[in-house]
Amino acid sequence: MIMAPIADVSSRVNHTDSWRIQKPIIDYSKCIRCMICWKFCPDACIDVVDGGAIAAPSERTLKMEAPVIDMDYCKGCGICANECPEKCIEMVLDEKGED
Amino acid sequence: MRRGKIKMRVMQKHNAIMTGNEAVAVGVKLARVGFVSAYPITPQTTIVEKLAEMVANDDLDAKYIEVESEHSAMAAVFASELAGVRSYTATSSHGLLYMHEMLHWTAGQRLPVVMSVVNRALGPPWNIWSEQTDTMNQKDTGWMQVYCESNQEALDTILMGYRIAESQDVMLPLMSMEDAFILSHTSEPVIIPEQEKVDEFLPKLDLKFRIDLKNPMGYGSYTPPDGPFMELKKDLMESMKNSREVIQKVTGDFARTFDRDYSGLIEQYRMDDAKYALIASGTLASTGKYVVNQLRDEGEKVGLIRLRFFRPFPDEEILSAVSNLESVGVLDRSISLAANGFTATEVRSALYGKSDIPVTGFTAGLGGRDVRIDDFLDMFKTTKKGKGGNHYINVKEVK
Repeated sequence: MIMAPIADVSSRVNHTDSWRIQKPIIDYSKCIRCMICWKFCPDACIDVVDGGAIAAPSERTLKMEAPVIDMDYCKGCGICANECPEKCIEMVLDEKGED
Repeated sequence: MRRGKIKMRVMQKHNAIMTGNEAVAVGVKLARVGFVSAYPITPQTTIVEKLAEMVANDDLDAKYIEVESEHSAMAAVFASELAGVRSYTATSSHGLLYMHEMLHWTAGQRLPVVMSVVNRALGPPWNIWSEQTDTMNQKDTGWMQVYCESNQEALDTILMGYRIAESQDVMLPLMSMEDAFILSHTSEPVIIPEQEKVDEFLPKLDLKFRIDLKNPMGYGSYTPPDGPFMELKKDLMESMKNSREVIQKVTGDFARTFDRDYSGLIEQYRMDDAKYALIASGTLASTGKYVVNQLRDEGEKVGLIRLRFFRPFPDEEILSAVSNLESVGVLDRSISLAANGFTATEVRSALYGKSDIPVTGFTAGLGGRDVRIDDFLDMFKTTKKGKGGNHYINVKEVK
Protein backbone atom coordinates (compact mmCIF):
# COMPACT_ATOMS: atom_id res chain seq x y z
CA MET A 1 0.00 0.00 0.00
CA ILE A 2 1.10 3.51 -0.74
CA MET A 3 1.29 6.35 1.77
CA ALA A 4 -0.85 9.42 1.09
CA PRO A 5 -0.76 12.65 3.12
CA ILE A 6 -4.17 12.21 4.72
CA ALA A 7 -4.86 12.88 8.40
CA ASP A 8 -7.77 11.36 10.32
CA VAL A 9 -7.37 13.91 13.11
CA SER A 10 -8.26 17.59 13.10
CA SER A 11 -5.49 20.11 12.51
CA ARG A 12 -6.32 21.32 16.06
CA VAL A 13 -3.79 18.74 17.26
CA ASN A 14 -1.04 20.69 15.56
CA HIS A 15 -0.05 22.92 18.47
CA THR A 16 2.30 25.76 17.63
CA ASP A 17 3.22 26.76 21.18
CA SER A 18 6.77 25.47 20.78
CA TRP A 19 7.39 28.15 18.10
CA ARG A 20 7.21 30.76 20.90
CA ILE A 21 10.11 32.52 22.60
CA GLN A 22 8.10 35.09 24.53
CA LYS A 23 4.55 34.83 25.79
CA PRO A 24 1.98 37.58 26.36
CA ILE A 25 0.67 38.09 29.91
CA ILE A 26 -2.47 40.26 30.29
CA ASP A 27 -2.76 42.43 33.37
CA TYR A 28 -6.56 42.21 33.75
CA SER A 29 -6.58 44.89 36.47
CA LYS A 30 -5.69 47.40 33.74
CA CYS A 31 -7.51 45.77 30.74
CA ILE A 32 -10.48 47.87 29.58
CA ARG A 33 -11.90 44.99 27.37
CA CYS A 34 -11.53 47.00 24.13
CA MET A 35 -10.71 43.73 22.25
CA ILE A 36 -8.14 45.42 20.03
CA CYS A 37 -5.76 42.50 20.83
CA TRP A 38 -8.45 40.05 19.63
CA LYS A 39 -8.85 41.99 16.38
CA PHE A 40 -5.12 42.12 15.65
CA CYS A 41 -4.07 38.56 16.61
CA PRO A 42 -2.82 37.11 13.25
CA ASP A 43 -3.34 33.54 14.47
CA ALA A 44 -6.87 34.04 15.80
CA CYS A 45 -5.77 32.53 19.09
CA ILE A 46 -7.30 35.14 21.42
CA ASP A 47 -10.74 34.04 22.57
CA VAL A 48 -13.41 36.35 23.94
CA VAL A 49 -14.67 34.70 27.10
CA ASP A 50 -17.55 35.57 29.41
CA GLY A 51 -16.22 35.89 32.98
CA GLY A 52 -12.75 35.03 31.73
CA ALA A 53 -10.96 37.29 34.19
CA ILE A 54 -11.09 37.82 37.93
CA ALA A 55 -9.61 41.31 37.92
CA ALA A 56 -10.70 44.52 36.18
CA PRO A 57 -10.18 48.29 36.45
CA SER A 58 -13.81 48.73 37.57
CA GLU A 59 -16.91 46.85 38.77
CA ARG A 60 -18.60 47.53 35.42
CA THR A 61 -15.65 46.16 33.41
CA LEU A 62 -15.54 43.00 35.54
CA LYS A 63 -18.98 42.01 34.21
CA MET A 64 -17.82 42.30 30.58
CA GLU A 65 -16.34 39.56 28.35
CA ALA A 66 -12.54 39.42 28.50
CA PRO A 67 -9.77 38.38 26.06
CA VAL A 68 -8.08 35.07 26.91
CA ILE A 69 -5.01 33.90 24.99
CA ASP A 70 -4.96 30.26 23.82
CA MET A 71 -1.43 29.24 24.73
CA ASP A 72 -1.62 26.06 22.60
CA TYR A 73 -1.46 28.16 19.45
CA CYS A 74 0.07 31.55 20.44
CA LYS A 75 3.40 31.89 18.58
CA GLY A 76 4.48 34.85 20.70
CA CYS A 77 4.61 37.46 17.93
CA GLY A 78 3.79 40.29 20.37
CA ILE A 79 1.38 42.13 18.10
CA CYS A 80 -1.25 42.13 20.87
CA ALA A 81 1.18 43.75 23.30
CA ASN A 82 2.19 46.30 20.69
CA GLU A 83 -1.38 47.26 19.83
CA CYS A 84 -2.82 47.35 23.38
CA PRO A 85 -3.79 51.03 24.06
CA GLU A 86 -3.56 50.54 27.85
CA LYS A 87 -0.13 48.84 27.64
CA CYS A 88 -1.44 46.04 29.85
CA ILE A 89 0.00 43.10 27.87
CA GLU A 90 3.59 42.26 28.71
CA MET A 91 5.80 39.88 26.71
CA VAL A 92 7.85 37.70 29.05
CA LEU A 93 10.49 35.09 28.22
CA ASP A 94 8.96 31.62 27.80
CA GLU A 95 11.97 29.37 27.72
CA LYS A 96 10.06 26.08 27.58
CA GLY A 97 7.70 27.35 24.90
CA GLU A 98 4.88 25.84 26.89
CA ASP A 99 2.20 27.34 29.07
CA MET B 1 -30.42 11.88 -36.37
CA ARG B 2 -27.77 13.29 -34.05
CA ARG B 3 -24.24 13.73 -35.30
CA GLY B 4 -22.66 11.92 -32.37
CA LYS B 5 -24.43 8.66 -33.17
CA ILE B 6 -23.23 8.65 -36.78
CA LYS B 7 -19.66 9.15 -35.58
CA MET B 8 -19.96 6.16 -33.27
CA ARG B 9 -20.81 3.93 -36.22
CA VAL B 10 -17.76 5.13 -38.10
CA MET B 11 -15.65 4.47 -35.01
CA GLN B 12 -16.85 0.89 -34.75
CA LYS B 13 -15.26 0.17 -38.11
CA HIS B 14 -12.01 0.48 -36.16
CA ASN B 15 -10.34 3.05 -38.25
CA ALA B 16 -10.29 6.75 -38.76
CA ILE B 17 -8.06 9.53 -39.95
CA MET B 18 -7.48 12.12 -37.30
CA THR B 19 -5.00 14.57 -35.82
CA GLY B 20 -3.07 13.70 -32.66
CA ASN B 21 -5.22 16.06 -30.63
CA GLU B 22 -8.44 14.45 -31.90
CA ALA B 23 -7.00 11.00 -31.16
CA VAL B 24 -6.21 12.09 -27.60
CA ALA B 25 -9.78 13.40 -27.13
CA VAL B 26 -11.15 10.07 -28.37
CA GLY B 27 -8.87 8.30 -25.86
CA VAL B 28 -10.21 10.48 -23.06
CA LYS B 29 -13.78 9.67 -24.09
CA LEU B 30 -13.04 5.92 -24.24
CA ALA B 31 -11.47 6.14 -20.76
CA ARG B 32 -14.87 7.41 -19.52
CA VAL B 33 -13.31 10.46 -17.90
CA GLY B 34 -15.84 12.15 -15.59
CA PHE B 35 -14.28 15.58 -15.23
CA VAL B 36 -12.41 17.90 -17.60
CA SER B 37 -10.99 21.33 -16.77
CA ALA B 38 -9.92 23.49 -19.69
CA TYR B 39 -7.79 26.51 -20.34
CA PRO B 40 -6.73 27.13 -23.94
CA ILE B 41 -3.12 27.33 -25.17
CA THR B 42 -1.69 26.59 -28.61
CA PRO B 43 -1.08 23.83 -29.70
CA GLN B 44 -3.12 21.97 -27.07
CA THR B 45 -6.41 23.85 -27.52
CA THR B 46 -8.03 21.53 -30.04
CA ILE B 47 -7.96 18.67 -27.48
CA VAL B 48 -10.22 20.48 -25.01
CA GLU B 49 -12.26 21.94 -27.90
CA LYS B 50 -13.02 18.42 -29.10
CA LEU B 51 -13.88 17.34 -25.55
CA ALA B 52 -16.21 20.35 -25.18
CA GLU B 53 -17.99 19.24 -28.33
CA MET B 54 -18.29 15.66 -27.06
CA VAL B 55 -19.74 16.86 -23.73
CA ALA B 56 -22.14 19.26 -25.49
CA ASN B 57 -23.36 16.43 -27.78
CA ASP B 58 -23.81 14.00 -24.86
CA ASP B 59 -21.12 11.74 -26.34
CA LEU B 60 -19.13 12.08 -23.12
CA ASP B 61 -20.81 12.07 -19.73
CA ALA B 62 -18.43 14.45 -17.95
CA LYS B 63 -18.48 17.69 -16.02
CA TYR B 64 -16.59 20.26 -18.12
CA ILE B 65 -15.42 23.52 -16.59
CA GLU B 66 -13.56 26.45 -18.08
CA VAL B 67 -11.13 27.94 -15.60
CA GLU B 68 -9.19 31.21 -15.56
CA SER B 69 -5.64 29.79 -15.64
CA GLU B 70 -3.60 26.61 -15.89
CA HIS B 71 -2.86 26.80 -12.17
CA SER B 72 -6.62 26.59 -11.59
CA ALA B 73 -7.00 23.91 -14.27
CA MET B 74 -4.75 21.59 -12.27
CA ALA B 75 -6.27 22.69 -8.91
CA ALA B 76 -9.74 21.76 -10.24
CA VAL B 77 -8.51 18.39 -11.47
CA PHE B 78 -6.81 17.83 -8.09
CA ALA B 79 -10.12 18.37 -6.29
CA SER B 80 -12.27 16.28 -8.62
CA GLU B 81 -9.81 13.38 -8.61
CA LEU B 82 -9.76 13.53 -4.81
CA ALA B 83 -13.54 13.17 -4.92
CA GLY B 84 -12.97 9.86 -6.72
CA VAL B 85 -13.74 10.98 -10.28
CA ARG B 86 -11.38 10.11 -13.15
CA SER B 87 -10.16 13.55 -14.26
CA TYR B 88 -8.32 15.07 -17.18
CA THR B 89 -6.81 18.30 -18.46
CA ALA B 90 -4.32 19.31 -21.16
CA THR B 91 -1.81 22.08 -21.63
CA SER B 92 1.41 23.24 -23.33
CA SER B 93 4.53 25.31 -22.79
CA HIS B 94 4.04 28.39 -20.59
CA GLY B 95 0.70 27.01 -19.41
CA LEU B 96 2.49 23.97 -18.03
CA LEU B 97 5.01 26.19 -16.28
CA TYR B 98 2.19 28.15 -14.68
CA MET B 99 0.81 24.82 -13.44
CA HIS B 100 4.12 23.78 -11.87
CA GLU B 101 3.11 24.25 -8.23
CA MET B 102 -0.05 22.19 -8.64
CA LEU B 103 1.90 19.40 -10.35
CA HIS B 104 3.78 18.87 -7.07
CA TRP B 105 0.48 18.96 -5.14
CA THR B 106 -1.18 16.38 -7.39
CA ALA B 107 1.73 13.93 -7.23
CA GLY B 108 2.33 14.55 -3.51
CA GLN B 109 -1.34 13.89 -2.77
CA ARG B 110 -1.00 10.63 -4.76
CA LEU B 111 -3.75 11.43 -7.27
CA PRO B 112 -3.69 9.30 -10.46
CA VAL B 113 -4.54 12.13 -12.87
CA VAL B 114 -3.66 11.82 -16.57
CA MET B 115 -2.82 14.99 -18.48
CA SER B 116 -1.80 15.55 -22.08
CA VAL B 117 0.96 18.00 -22.85
CA VAL B 118 1.65 19.12 -26.39
CA ASN B 119 5.36 19.95 -26.27
CA ARG B 120 6.02 23.54 -27.33
CA ALA B 121 9.07 25.80 -26.97
CA LEU B 122 9.39 28.30 -24.13
CA GLY B 123 9.93 32.01 -24.70
CA PRO B 124 11.51 34.38 -24.99
CA PRO B 125 11.51 34.84 -27.91
CA TRP B 126 7.91 33.86 -28.59
CA ASN B 127 7.58 30.54 -30.42
CA ILE B 128 4.80 27.97 -30.70
CA TRP B 129 6.67 25.08 -32.33
CA SER B 130 7.90 21.71 -31.17
CA GLU B 131 10.45 21.42 -28.34
CA GLN B 132 10.44 19.33 -25.15
CA THR B 133 11.93 21.80 -22.66
CA ASP B 134 8.50 22.52 -21.13
CA THR B 135 7.93 18.97 -19.88
CA MET B 136 11.62 18.29 -19.18
CA ASN B 137 11.33 21.16 -16.70
CA GLN B 138 8.65 19.08 -14.88
CA LYS B 139 10.77 15.93 -14.56
CA ASP B 140 11.16 16.39 -10.79
CA THR B 141 7.48 16.83 -9.90
CA GLY B 142 6.65 13.16 -9.23
CA TRP B 143 4.69 12.73 -12.48
CA MET B 144 5.34 9.85 -14.84
CA GLN B 145 6.18 11.03 -18.37
CA VAL B 146 5.51 9.36 -21.72
CA TYR B 147 6.71 10.80 -25.05
CA CYS B 148 4.54 9.58 -27.95
CA GLU B 149 5.69 8.94 -31.49
CA SER B 150 2.36 8.63 -33.34
CA ASN B 151 -1.28 9.65 -33.07
CA GLN B 152 -2.15 6.03 -32.33
CA GLU B 153 0.30 5.96 -29.44
CA ALA B 154 -1.14 9.26 -28.17
CA LEU B 155 -4.62 7.69 -28.03
CA ASP B 156 -3.44 4.40 -26.54
CA THR B 157 -1.29 6.14 -23.91
CA ILE B 158 -4.38 7.78 -22.39
CA LEU B 159 -5.87 4.31 -21.81
CA MET B 160 -2.63 2.73 -20.57
CA GLY B 161 -1.87 5.91 -18.60
CA TYR B 162 -4.96 5.68 -16.38
CA ARG B 163 -4.36 1.93 -15.82
CA ILE B 164 -0.75 2.57 -14.74
CA ALA B 165 -1.50 5.69 -12.67
CA GLU B 166 -4.46 4.08 -10.85
CA SER B 167 -2.54 0.91 -9.94
CA GLN B 168 -2.53 0.51 -6.15
CA ASP B 169 1.26 0.06 -6.30
CA VAL B 170 1.74 3.37 -8.13
CA MET B 171 -0.94 6.02 -7.44
CA LEU B 172 0.95 8.76 -9.23
CA PRO B 173 -0.14 11.12 -12.01
CA LEU B 174 1.04 10.67 -15.59
CA MET B 175 1.60 13.15 -18.41
CA SER B 176 1.49 12.02 -22.02
CA MET B 177 3.30 14.10 -24.62
CA GLU B 178 2.75 14.91 -28.28
CA ASP B 179 5.13 16.97 -30.41
CA ALA B 180 3.58 20.32 -31.37
CA PHE B 181 1.94 20.28 -34.83
CA ILE B 182 3.94 17.23 -35.99
CA LEU B 183 1.44 15.08 -34.05
CA SER B 184 -1.05 17.52 -32.57
CA HIS B 185 -2.25 19.01 -35.88
CA THR B 186 -1.27 16.36 -38.42
CA SER B 187 -3.74 13.68 -39.49
CA GLU B 188 -2.80 10.00 -39.47
CA PRO B 189 -4.75 6.75 -39.73
CA VAL B 190 -5.82 5.67 -36.24
CA ILE B 191 -7.45 2.48 -34.99
CA ILE B 192 -10.13 3.35 -32.46
CA PRO B 193 -10.53 0.58 -29.89
CA GLU B 194 -13.97 -0.81 -29.07
CA GLN B 195 -15.56 0.66 -25.95
CA GLU B 196 -16.33 -2.78 -24.43
CA LYS B 197 -12.70 -3.83 -24.75
CA VAL B 198 -11.57 -0.55 -23.20
CA ASP B 199 -14.02 -1.00 -20.30
CA GLU B 200 -12.58 -4.44 -19.70
CA PHE B 201 -9.01 -3.17 -19.88
CA LEU B 202 -9.65 -0.08 -17.76
CA PRO B 203 -12.01 -0.68 -14.82
CA LYS B 204 -13.70 2.17 -12.96
CA LEU B 205 -11.56 4.28 -10.65
CA ASP B 206 -11.74 3.15 -7.04
CA LEU B 207 -9.90 5.79 -5.05
CA LYS B 208 -9.53 4.35 -1.56
CA PHE B 209 -9.01 7.68 0.18
CA ARG B 210 -11.51 9.83 -1.68
CA ILE B 211 -13.29 12.72 0.04
CA ASP B 212 -16.15 11.44 2.15
CA LEU B 213 -18.41 14.11 3.64
CA LYS B 214 -19.53 11.76 6.43
CA ASN B 215 -15.96 11.05 7.42
CA PRO B 216 -13.97 14.27 7.03
CA MET B 217 -10.16 14.04 6.81
CA GLY B 218 -7.27 16.47 6.50
CA TYR B 219 -5.71 16.33 3.00
CA GLY B 220 -2.11 17.48 2.60
CA SER B 221 -2.34 19.34 5.89
CA TYR B 222 0.47 20.75 8.04
CA THR B 223 3.18 18.25 8.89
CA PRO B 224 6.01 19.35 11.22
CA PRO B 225 9.65 18.29 10.70
CA ASP B 226 9.23 15.25 12.96
CA GLY B 227 5.93 14.32 11.29
CA PRO B 228 5.87 11.83 8.39
CA PHE B 229 7.14 14.38 5.86
CA MET B 230 10.36 12.63 4.78
CA GLU B 231 8.62 9.25 4.93
CA LEU B 232 5.94 10.44 2.47
CA LYS B 233 8.59 11.65 0.00
CA LYS B 234 10.48 8.39 0.28
CA ASP B 235 7.27 6.43 -0.26
CA LEU B 236 6.55 8.44 -3.42
CA MET B 237 10.00 7.52 -4.71
CA GLU B 238 9.33 3.85 -3.93
CA SER B 239 6.07 4.01 -5.91
CA MET B 240 7.88 5.62 -8.85
CA LYS B 241 10.27 2.67 -8.73
CA ASN B 242 7.36 0.18 -8.49
CA SER B 243 5.74 1.76 -11.53
CA ARG B 244 8.35 0.09 -13.81
CA GLU B 245 6.92 -3.34 -13.19
CA VAL B 246 3.35 -2.02 -13.52
CA ILE B 247 4.22 -0.34 -16.85
CA GLN B 248 5.59 -3.64 -18.20
CA LYS B 249 2.48 -5.49 -17.06
CA VAL B 250 0.03 -2.91 -18.42
CA THR B 251 1.74 -2.61 -21.83
CA GLY B 252 1.69 -6.44 -21.98
CA ASP B 253 -2.04 -6.52 -21.13
CA PHE B 254 -2.64 -3.80 -23.71
CA ALA B 255 -0.81 -5.78 -26.40
CA ARG B 256 -2.88 -8.88 -25.63
CA THR B 257 -6.18 -6.95 -25.64
CA PHE B 258 -5.62 -4.57 -28.57
CA ASP B 259 -2.82 -6.20 -30.54
CA ARG B 260 -0.49 -3.19 -30.33
CA ASP B 261 2.73 -3.73 -28.39
CA TYR B 262 4.55 -0.71 -26.96
CA SER B 263 7.18 -2.90 -25.25
CA GLY B 264 7.37 -1.10 -21.91
CA LEU B 265 9.59 1.86 -21.10
CA ILE B 266 11.81 1.88 -24.21
CA GLU B 267 11.54 0.65 -27.79
CA GLN B 268 14.59 -0.95 -29.40
CA TYR B 269 14.85 -0.54 -33.16
CA ARG B 270 17.27 -2.78 -35.12
CA MET B 271 19.46 -3.12 -32.05
CA ASP B 272 20.19 -6.86 -32.35
CA ASP B 273 23.73 -6.75 -33.74
CA ALA B 274 24.19 -2.96 -33.57
CA LYS B 275 27.62 -1.50 -32.76
CA TYR B 276 26.39 2.06 -32.23
CA ALA B 277 23.02 3.68 -31.69
CA LEU B 278 21.16 6.89 -31.02
CA ILE B 279 18.74 7.45 -28.12
CA ALA B 280 15.81 9.71 -29.06
CA SER B 281 12.19 10.34 -28.11
CA GLY B 282 8.98 11.57 -29.72
CA THR B 283 8.66 12.03 -33.47
CA LEU B 284 12.40 12.60 -33.93
CA ALA B 285 12.75 8.87 -33.25
CA SER B 286 10.72 8.23 -36.44
CA THR B 287 13.17 10.19 -38.60
CA GLY B 288 15.96 8.40 -36.75
CA LYS B 289 14.51 5.00 -37.64
CA TYR B 290 14.27 6.01 -41.30
CA VAL B 291 17.96 6.94 -41.25
CA VAL B 292 18.85 3.70 -39.42
CA ASN B 293 17.24 1.80 -42.31
CA GLN B 294 19.26 3.83 -44.82
CA LEU B 295 22.53 3.17 -42.98
CA ARG B 296 21.68 -0.52 -42.55
CA ASP B 297 21.27 -0.74 -46.34
CA GLU B 298 24.82 0.58 -46.61
CA GLY B 299 25.99 -2.15 -44.23
CA GLU B 300 26.33 -0.05 -41.06
CA LYS B 301 25.57 -1.89 -37.80
CA VAL B 302 23.40 0.82 -36.33
CA GLY B 303 20.23 0.98 -34.22
CA LEU B 304 17.96 3.33 -32.32
CA ILE B 305 16.57 3.34 -28.80
CA ARG B 306 13.33 5.25 -28.42
CA LEU B 307 12.62 6.51 -24.93
CA ARG B 308 8.89 6.19 -24.29
CA PHE B 309 9.14 6.94 -20.59
CA PHE B 310 11.39 9.64 -19.19
CA ARG B 311 9.87 9.20 -15.70
CA PRO B 312 10.45 6.68 -14.33
CA PHE B 313 13.78 6.90 -16.17
CA PRO B 314 14.52 3.54 -17.85
CA ASP B 315 18.12 3.34 -16.59
CA GLU B 316 18.28 -0.46 -16.30
CA GLU B 317 16.66 -0.91 -19.73
CA ILE B 318 19.19 1.49 -21.33
CA LEU B 319 22.11 -0.16 -19.56
CA SER B 320 21.03 -3.52 -20.95
CA ALA B 321 20.26 -2.10 -24.43
CA VAL B 322 23.73 -0.54 -24.80
CA SER B 323 25.66 -3.47 -23.30
CA ASN B 324 26.91 -4.67 -26.71
CA LEU B 325 27.46 -1.25 -28.25
CA GLU B 326 30.77 0.51 -28.87
CA SER B 327 29.28 4.01 -28.61
CA VAL B 328 25.96 5.72 -28.05
CA GLY B 329 24.53 9.14 -28.93
CA VAL B 330 21.73 10.96 -27.13
CA LEU B 331 19.47 13.41 -28.90
CA ASP B 332 17.68 16.10 -26.88
CA ARG B 333 15.04 18.35 -28.43
CA SER B 334 15.25 20.47 -25.28
CA ILE B 335 17.79 22.60 -23.51
CA SER B 336 18.82 22.67 -19.87
CA LEU B 337 20.21 26.17 -19.70
CA ALA B 338 23.63 26.01 -18.01
CA ALA B 339 23.83 22.20 -18.18
CA ASN B 340 23.90 19.63 -20.97
CA GLY B 341 20.93 17.83 -22.53
CA PHE B 342 18.34 16.46 -20.06
CA THR B 343 18.42 12.96 -21.56
CA ALA B 344 22.18 12.96 -22.11
CA THR B 345 22.70 13.81 -18.42
CA GLU B 346 20.32 11.05 -17.30
CA VAL B 347 21.90 8.48 -19.64
CA ARG B 348 25.42 9.34 -18.41
CA SER B 349 24.20 9.03 -14.83
CA ALA B 350 22.52 5.67 -15.58
CA LEU B 351 25.72 4.28 -17.15
CA TYR B 352 28.18 5.74 -14.62
CA GLY B 353 30.31 3.03 -13.04
CA LYS B 354 28.44 0.32 -14.96
CA SER B 355 29.45 0.86 -18.57
CA ASP B 356 32.37 2.77 -20.07
CA ILE B 357 31.04 3.34 -23.59
CA PRO B 358 31.35 6.93 -24.79
CA VAL B 359 28.13 8.97 -24.64
CA THR B 360 27.81 11.80 -27.17
CA GLY B 361 25.15 14.44 -26.54
CA PHE B 362 23.25 16.31 -29.27
CA THR B 363 21.00 19.35 -28.94
CA ALA B 364 18.75 19.76 -31.97
CA GLY B 365 15.41 21.02 -33.19
CA LEU B 366 14.90 23.83 -30.66
CA GLY B 367 11.94 26.12 -31.35
CA GLY B 368 10.69 23.64 -33.94
CA ARG B 369 13.78 23.82 -36.18
CA ASP B 370 13.72 20.93 -38.64
CA VAL B 371 15.95 17.97 -37.85
CA ARG B 372 16.61 16.46 -41.25
CA ILE B 373 18.03 13.24 -42.60
CA ASP B 374 21.43 14.91 -43.14
CA ASP B 375 21.41 16.04 -39.50
CA PHE B 376 20.79 12.45 -38.40
CA LEU B 377 23.57 11.20 -40.69
CA ASP B 378 25.87 13.72 -38.97
CA MET B 379 24.78 12.58 -35.53
CA PHE B 380 25.27 8.90 -36.34
CA LYS B 381 28.71 9.67 -37.81
CA THR B 382 29.76 11.65 -34.71
CA THR B 383 28.36 8.95 -32.42
CA LYS B 384 30.33 6.26 -34.24
CA LYS B 385 33.58 8.17 -33.67
CA GLY B 386 32.91 7.68 -29.95
CA LYS B 387 34.58 10.86 -28.76
CA GLY B 388 31.74 11.96 -26.46
CA GLY B 389 31.10 15.63 -25.75
CA ASN B 390 28.04 17.73 -26.48
CA HIS B 391 27.18 19.08 -29.91
CA TYR B 392 24.63 21.50 -31.35
CA ILE B 393 23.05 20.37 -34.59
CA ASN B 394 22.28 22.75 -37.44
CA VAL B 395 23.06 26.02 -35.63
CA LYS B 396 23.83 28.89 -38.00
CA GLU B 397 26.70 31.32 -37.59
CA VAL B 398 25.25 34.62 -36.39
CA LYS B 399 27.22 37.67 -37.51
